[in-house]
Amino acid sequence: MAVDKDKLLQFLLRIGDSTLVLSHRVSEWCGHSPILEEDIALANTALDLIGQSQMWLGYAAEVQGEGKSADDLAFLRDAWDFRNVLLTELPNGDFGRTLLRQFLFDAFQSVLMGRLIKSSDETVAGIAAKASKEVAYHVERSADTVVGLGDGTEESHKRMQQALEYLWPYVGEMFESDEVDAAMAEAGIAPDPASLREEYDALVGRVLAEATLTIPEGKFAHKGGRTGYMHTEHLGHLLAQMQWLQRAYPGCEW
Amino acid sequence: MYAQMIKTASNSVKSRDEMSPEEAAFQDKIDNDIKIEPRDWMPEDYRRTLIRQIGQHAHSEVVGQLPEGNWITRAPTLERKMILLAKVQDEAGHGLYLYSAAETLGVSRDEMVEMLHEGRMKYSSIFNYPTLNWADIGAVGWLVDGAAIVNQVALQRTSYGPYSRAMIRICKEESFHARQGYHAIMKMAFGTPEQKKMAQDAVNRLWFPAIMMFGPNDSESTHSEQSMAWKIKVKSNDELRQQFVDQTVPQIEYLGLDLPDPGIKWNEERGHYDFSDPDWSEFFNVIKGNGPCNVDRMNARVKAWEDGQWVRDGLMEHARKRATRKVAAE
Repeated sequence: MAVDKDKLLQFLLRIGDSTLVLSHRVSEWCGHSPILEEDIALANTALDLIGQSQMWLGYAAEVQGEGKSADDLAFLRDAWDFRNVLLTELPNGDFGRTLLRQFLFDAFQSVLMGRLIKSSDETVAGIAAKASKEVAYHVERSADTVVGLGDGTEESHKRMQQALEYLWPYVGEMFESDEVDAAMAEAGIAPDPASLREEYDALVGRVLAEATLTIPEGKFAHKGGRTGYMHTEHLGHLLAQMQWLQRAYPGCEW
Repeated sequence: MYAQMIKTASNSVKSRDEMSPEEAAFQDKIDNDIKIEPRDWMPEDYRRTLIRQIGQHAHSEVVGQLPEGNWITRAPTLERKMILLAKVQDEAGHGLYLYSAAETLGVSRDEMVEMLHEGRMKYSSIFNYPTLNWADIGAVGWLVDGAAIVNQVALQRTSYGPYSRAMIRICKEESFHARQGYHAIMKMAFGTPEQKKMAQDAVNRLWFPAIMMFGPNDSESTHSEQSMAWKIKVKSNDELRQQFVDQTVPQIEYLGLDLPDPGIKWNEERGHYDFSDPDWSEFFNVIKGNGPCNVDRMNARVKAWEDGQWVRDGLMEHARKRATRKVAAE
């Protein structure tokens, strides 16, 4: 059955904008990480995420059908048109918070990609198949680091627990469902995000337990990123930096 | 080059008569182009000079992440951002091989990092210049990596095995960077007037710092003789600089940019380009710590190291706990 084009576009932007914005955040670490191996690993993660954004946004532009490119979507939309989850736009904080945010996102991506490879939309299935290999590696690495720091020294444990308190209220948004998700589920393109929660909680619960970290009790979830209704104040600054050249010198080839 | 002004630990080159049997056998190997390997006997001064040189080279790769990283979050397209990230990732990888090569000489990476942070070891002067517009990223790839390649191609023949092998591997990636850098600046030189202006600005600012990368003129370079005899250094500063100028001037002309030095002129008789001497007082100032970015670069590195202490401690402690649990379980 034919799916509403605009809804498919929204769905694609939610994934592509999330990987794009997160890649930007991760790339901010370049040259500043705690050890050289981490500089390499963070650059590598950022690189994979941009590659994925290129595919998701490239398909989004095609679905949109206005002759735009992935670059147009990345560099020429304002904050209200971005559909990334809030988690990805939060400032890096310390290295522990960056890696914990990465893990919370990687875990979601790993569950989601596992479903999307069976999508009824061949392009979505193809992108997911490609991304899932990277995501599997990302989640393994971020989980290992979260465990290492959570179950490390007293200080590293304390910092990781604080990071978890800060980030946890942003986890729930990834599992919100609305009419876009309902349309995707009905067309067999993507699962209802709510249906991923159990698998996610099992994975995250296992890793955080090994990391000796305690999941906060509160159920409150910040939201507004994936619908574009209300981003954080941080996104505008991120875009001002990311889009500056394209905005200041429009129409150039680079 | 990424290693400049390396003081050779010994004062003068020994003649054959002055050499001990071990030293003579060592020199024979070098003269016959047999690589020196970590477990081979080597003069203490050879070892110390190499640690300085390889360490400085490694530090340059690491500090070199900063001027390029300065533009990662502002790269104008997804593709350019990916190319730049991949390049910076390569540089960090070069830092790793080089630290490993230096470690074969009996110094640890942590000791070298400490020496860098305390100002007892240096990194290439070029990374104390800022990257001010997007064309600088192209120019760094084209001119800075281009200059590095000229030196490092020569160093593939260096006498110390692990260093030579690291150079072979690194050169492959560096040539790729130089081509990508040139491609990026070509887009700008042939782009809009504003883009061309950025390209010209980058070339004007980076030209002299790039040719200074080869170090002082041979007449002023006091430590070269022993390094040449040991084949730690393979070509002189001036030879390498001339080679770089000769290959780069036609590339600038192809871009349709103005030459950054009015003294550049083809010399029929020499078969080389003449060019102006850079302002060496600037070079020595940068080496002494007075370059435009020295303080910021070092502060950034020290901050990264200090802020990361809890991370390194945490991960080490975790590894220790795991090992203890494993033993307890067995």
